Amino acid sequence: MTLRKAVLLGASIAAAGLALASAAQAQNEQFIPGLIYRTGAYAPNGIPFANGVADYYALVNERDGGINGVKILYEECDTGYATDRGVECYERLKNKGPTGAAYVNPLSTGITFALTEKAPIDKIPVISMGYGRSESRDGSVFQWNFPLLGTYWSAADIIMQHIALKEGGLDKLKGKKIVLVYHDSPYGKEPIALLEQRAKMHGFTFTPMPVTHPGVEQKATWLQIRQNRPDYVLLWGWGVMNSTSIKEAAAVGFPRDKMFGVWWSGAEPDVRPAEGGAKGYHSAMLQHGAGQFGVHADLKKFLYDKGKGSAKWDEVGEVLYNRGLVNAMLGVESIRKAQTKFGKKPLTGEQVRWGIENLDLSAARLKELGFEGMLQPLKVTCSDHEGTRAGRVQQWDGAKWVVVSDWYQSDDKVLKPMVDAAAKKYAEEKKLTVRDCSKES
Amino acid sequence: MLGPFLETLIGGLLTGVLYSLVALGFVLIFKASGVFNFAQGAMVLFAALTIARLSGEIDGKEVHLANFVVAAAILGVAVAFIGWYAWREYVARGAGPGERRRMLVLAAVGALVGGIAAYSYGKGAWPLWLAIAATAAIMGLLAYAIERLVLRHLVNQEGIILFMATLGIANFLDGLGQTLWGSDIYKINLGLPKDPIFLFEGVFPGGLLVDPGELVAAAIAAGLVVVLAIFFQKTRVGRALRAVADDHAAAQSVGIPLNTIWLIVWTVSGLVALAAGLIWGAKLGVQFSISLIALKALPVLILGGFTSVPGAIVGGLIIGAGEKLSEVFLAPILVKQFDLAGGGIENWFAYMLALVFLLFRPQGLFGERIIERV
Repeated sequence: MTLRKAVLLGASIAAAGLALASAAQAQNEQFIPGLIYRTGAYAPNGIPFANGVADYYALVNERDGGINGVKILYEECDTGYATDRGVECYERLKNKGPTGAAYVNPLSTGITFALTEKAPIDKIPVISMGYGRSESRDGSVFQWNFPLLGTYWSAADIIMQHIALKEGGLDKLKGKKIVLVYHDSPYGKEPIALLEQRAKMHGFTFTPMPVTHPGVEQKATWLQIRQNRPDYVLLWGWGVMNSTSIKEAAAVGFPRDKMFGVWWSGAEPDVRPAEGGAKGYHSAMLQHGAGQFGVHADLKKFLYDKGKGSAKWDEVGEVLYNRGLVNAMLGVESIRKAQTKFGKKPLTGEQVRWGIENLDLSAARLKELGFEGMLQPLKVTCSDHEGTRAGRVQQWDGAKWVVVSDWYQSDDKVLKPMVDAAAKKYAEEKKLTVRDCSKES
Repeated sequence: MLGPFLETLIGGLLTGVLYSLVALGFVLIFKASGVFNFAQGAMVLFAALTIARLSGEIDGKEVHLANFVVAAAILGVAVAFIGWYAWREYVARGAGPGERRRMLVLAAVGALVGGIAAYSYGKGAWPLWLAIAATAAIMGLLAYAIERLVLRHLVNQEGIILFMATLGIANFLDGLGQTLWGSDIYKINLGLPKDPIFLFEGVFPGGLLVDPGELVAAAIAAGLVVVLAIFFQKTRVGRALRAVADDHAAAQSVGIPLNTIWLIVWTVSGLVALAAGLIWGAKLGVQFSISLIALKALPVLILGGFTSVPGAIVGGLIIGAGEKLSEVFLAPILVKQFDLAGGGIENWFAYMLALVFLLFRPQGLFGERIIERV
């Protein structure tokens, strides 16, 4: 054998060995797609969230060697927050990995609406944590949707409870004027139904004011606000729309402490560009806020000290970064739950769906995971795909977010009938078979 | 009622001046080359991003040193290039074959000097004036690259082909800008006043609110518009530009250097993009959405005509005022009367307004009436 042949043979054997090894490894990987956006108009808000998600999956692989030994295979696809591109990303990624996508996080209410129709066919659960259709918490109709931690109806309800508390009771809302400045999209329109309901109940005037994408031109809206002089302004914006709203509020002299944003309008990129103008501005919290907790120490030890983190260290602990962590953790724990029933191997979307529906995170378990102080316990069931309806309110003090309220629970006496009616209507329109949750284990 | 109306009108007019500024960039290039430059918005974003990143630390985060060095090197090359070009044009017209080598040496020296300058500034931010100068140079270089790599090869092609080429440039620039400089929201601090001014408080309850930042921005924009109008109407280069716009071949035949004219017009348009980027960036923060502002210029162009500088100005004012007034006063009535689903009307209303104008003046408000013999 000549030297050349020997080298070729050796190289072939090595290549075959490598291919076999990587095939074997791929067989033991759980694929999770990431529909994110690091470019485009919404990138300033998309980037920190995407970093949080990527870091948490990397942490689970580095620290624990995967979920019970099953490594996470994570792939990002940039949707630019556009529904068409989101659906394209979903189609491209849904069948990847040995068992296809475990679940999908659309990170856009528009994409969630589009995927709600596709998910039951592909048998891939949609986790829309803190966004999506509010009625999709009804698991008997929306078997594949999981708006974990809170819907927009919950968010709007929590904000209204906070305002009522400041005013001295729900009855004191009578005669008040409340304006909603919203992103003119499925996302922005979500809270309108709840606010109209509350307006009817308590006798305040409710005026929704749309802002068109991407929300950089709001002069007309804020001149109307100046002329109408509402008592409070609620903000349902995303990306550059948020900071523009706060700047415009400052420009027309509307008091910032009478402004309440949803939890997607309450992160650092929303207030920092407005500089001093943002001081006093409030927002609802999707339970967690900014800051570092137990899990962050692990991130430093296993990722950032080794130069493997996605973000810069001083961005770790910002609101949207933390939200990315929470989002990824809920997914990982759902897979872990599903593994108790289906075995410690890569699972299909259908199996993971069972895991999400039976997710039960106690205070002790949250502490173990390093999320104590960020989240309250949550329990998902067949009939309740939201898991918890708790939230708080925070305020920007000019340099950082400060939690200014106790915990609120959105009022299910108001929400439940609305959810039931909307879900029933959806089921009738789409001719869906409604599950009987009393018979589900 | 009069108070809110006047307030909305003033706000609309001030915004309109800023629309005019973006529309001007389109008009300039269309006038001189018959190209509808779809990349104007991307140029605004690119210029604004470059200024913001060169001139500031962002939220205490350091700007990467490598970016400075690259930008400074580009600046150096650009300065050297401009020097060489001026020398060739005005001193040694028709110099020998050594010219290209001299240019390369000069560019290399420029890059080196620029790089050293950037390095000596270290990681700190550049002063705003230097960032603006550097960005102006970069825009000039960009114009040269566009002329050299894209337009030169498309002389005498159909307008639509040139238009499609600018679509490509737009997407390329959008991506390049974000890749080089990042996609966060960045600040440009022009020191525009922020506290609102209230006029005629004695006449109208609560007074008329005017945003002083917009007032200053509108004044800058207005100044720029005047300078450009004079440049086009009164200077020799301006006349040459208009000749090229009328007919490439005819202009060439009377000895107007087409490539030089295109270079000049794209540079001027790049500088207008810089001015627009500076003002819009200071107002909104610099990030991707700035490039979408260009869409706001489209109804202005439809209304004002693609070839008229005064058209862009008057069109901007009409669209600015029209869309704000319609949103504030017309939208609530429409929603109430016809029980509509709601939604903002200002975006599509601007186009509708422009289309209504076209019914009566198909060439736009100030556009040239085209009469051709058959």
